[in-house]
Amino acid sequence: MDLINNLMMGFGTAFTPENLMYAFGGAVLGTLIGVLPGLGPVATIAMLLPSIYSLDATPALIMLAGIYYGAQYGGSTTAILINVPGESSSVVTAIDGYQMARQGRAGSALAAAGLGSFFAGCVGTVIIAAFAPPLTELAFKFGPAEYFSLMVLGLIGAVVLASGSLVKAISMILLGLLLGQVNTDVISGTPRFSFDVPELTDGINFVVIAMGIFGFGEIIANLGQPAEHREVFTKDVKGLWPTKQDFHDAWPAVLRGTALGSLLGVLPGGGALLASFAAYTLEKKISKTPEKFGKGAIQGVAGPESANNAGAQTSFIPMLTLGIPPNAVMALMVGAMTIKGIQPGPQVMTSNPELFWGLIASMWVGNLMLVILNLPLIGIWIKLLTVPYRFLFPAIVVFCCIGTYTLNNNNFDVFMTAAFAVVGYIFYKLSCEAAPLLLGFILGPMMEENLRRALLLSRGDWSTFLSRPLSAGLLIAAALMVVVVMLPSIKNKREEAFQDAD
Amino acid sequence: MKIKSQRDFWSGLMFVVVGVAFACGSIINYSFGTSARPGPGYFPFGLGVLLAVLGAVVLFKALTIESEGGQPVGAFAWKPLLIVVGAIILFGFALPRLGMIITLPLLITVSSFASDEFRWRDALLSSVVLTAGSYAIFIWGLNLVIPIWPTFLGG
Repeated sequence: MDLINNLMMGFGTAFTPENLMYAFGGAVLGTLIGVLPGLGPVATIAMLLPSIYSLDATPALIMLAGIYYGAQYGGSTTAILINVPGESSSVVTAIDGYQMARQGRAGSALAAAGLGSFFAGCVGTVIIAAFAPPLTELAFKFGPAEYFSLMVLGLIGAVVLASGSLVKAISMILLGLLLGQVNTDVISGTPRFSFDVPELTDGINFVVIAMGIFGFGEIIANLGQPAEHREVFTKDVKGLWPTKQDFHDAWPAVLRGTALGSLLGVLPGGGALLASFAAYTLEKKISKTPEKFGKGAIQGVAGPESANNAGAQTSFIPMLTLGIPPNAVMALMVGAMTIKGIQPGPQVMTSNPELFWGLIASMWVGNLMLVILNLPLIGIWIKLLTVPYRFLFPAIVVFCCIGTYTLNNNNFDVFMTAAFAVVGYIFYKLSCEAAPLLLGFILGPMMEENLRRALLLSRGDWSTFLSRPLSAGLLIAAALMVVVVMLPSIKNKREEAFQDAD
Repeated sequence: MKIKSQRDFWSGLMFVVVGVAFACGSIINYSFGTSARPGPGYFPFGLGVLLAVLGAVVLFKALTIESEGGQPVGAFAWKPLLIVVGAIILFGFALPRLGMIITLPLLITVSSFASDEFRWRDALLSSVVLTAGSYAIFIWGLNLVIPIWPTFLGG
């Protein structure tokens, strides 16, 4: 079977010492930033992008992927132990996980989260391996019109499922698309919006935007708040192995969470965050004892944790097969591929099979490493929780500064980053979510090119987007998503679901 | 007219201003082309108009729909904002001239002032550890080309 052969090739790539090392490095780093407050995967990956210049594409992407799913594991540790979700996708884990820890069942909660995540990660990896090739086949049938419509769907999908105001989120996408217009027009060669600054004619580097807004912007926002004193509730975690009863309660939740997470991860805009919210709601709905939720129900930990890890895995599918990033981390991965000279899209699977299958296989390996890293070594991570922010943020500042300078060995990028730090802080103050902006920025040039090519082919006829069935279907799906979210009954439900988590 | 949501009011205004600026900028400076042969101004003009329209919607909502407590923007954290941004700019100016060995401790110490819990001892400790660490990672480990010593020393 092809699948088996491909996976064998993937494991062959993933098990080379170099790649194992980078998978491990990524997993450790991911867990670290998951545990440390105020540092998310987007900022970390942005900080590391300059250092992957010296790596090959495969180890580089393996490491970045490790950071992403490692953060899902690390985030749940802090959620359970100190009621502070390290990552947004662990927000719901904190509800029941922290209660379990207070009842002295921290070990069981951590194990349920860790083992559930591992199971979900394995399933997610198999799903990628099974579904990526057929989707890639489909993608080859796409013309420019279809690609344009697909990107519209991807961008809309990325925001309707997120929290907050929809109009503002779409505006942020447009802002990102516009920032992506600062470049040299590919077709006519005209420099645009560069104000005669030579550095701007190549466009703004996406690392500059990501570091400015997600790295520095968040530092300023964190420092602006009164210092929180974090107390570790449980210093000793005993009894890592769950009891029989815990197992019995947790495994159906793991299965349901995995299924839900895998499904939601594939959808544009899905991914880890939404999956964990949905899984918590589902578990609470179907539980015979819903009153236990919020008071230490193990299903409330196992379900969302499995779901967020499954979602984190399957959100690679649209990125790997279509070159369309469903969330900000994937947008950076697309950027990283471009840095390494690989054009993201359906051709990656045929042109770089080692990269493609190696990355998939390494995810399974990475998940295995993470279980080992997170369960027996939990004590080390607990110690790290107590690192004060006044030591942490100068380190982030240093990495970001050196990172931006080495992009082009030029201090222009450093000054641009400073400007985006201010912009990022303004977004924070106005509660404008910045992730859609990054997605728009990454997709902007691709979107314009496909739009213009589609219009050239149709001789300026805009109806081409609706007369081609595939393209029309994608656009209708995007419109439906917006309409459905605008419906009052769904709108209230959506707000309720996100409030539940607070 | 009373503003019902401060945050949405200012974000709406920001979207409108940026949208109009891009739309005007693209129509004045770049050829729009036709739908059959879109020019460099075609796409940004459309985006700018769309952003301005959506910004107007946000503005309109901010002025009409009641929100909880008026959603004030709140005080700006001027101190961390100015110090962190200032430290980055300082780094940008200093690195090519003074080199990493001097610039990094400068950057770390200055940015440490942004925290309310500033202590000289901690800032110095961070400076030493992070400068040594950066040297190990970026110069030895990754072989990146970064000025190390001040230019007047011939580095």
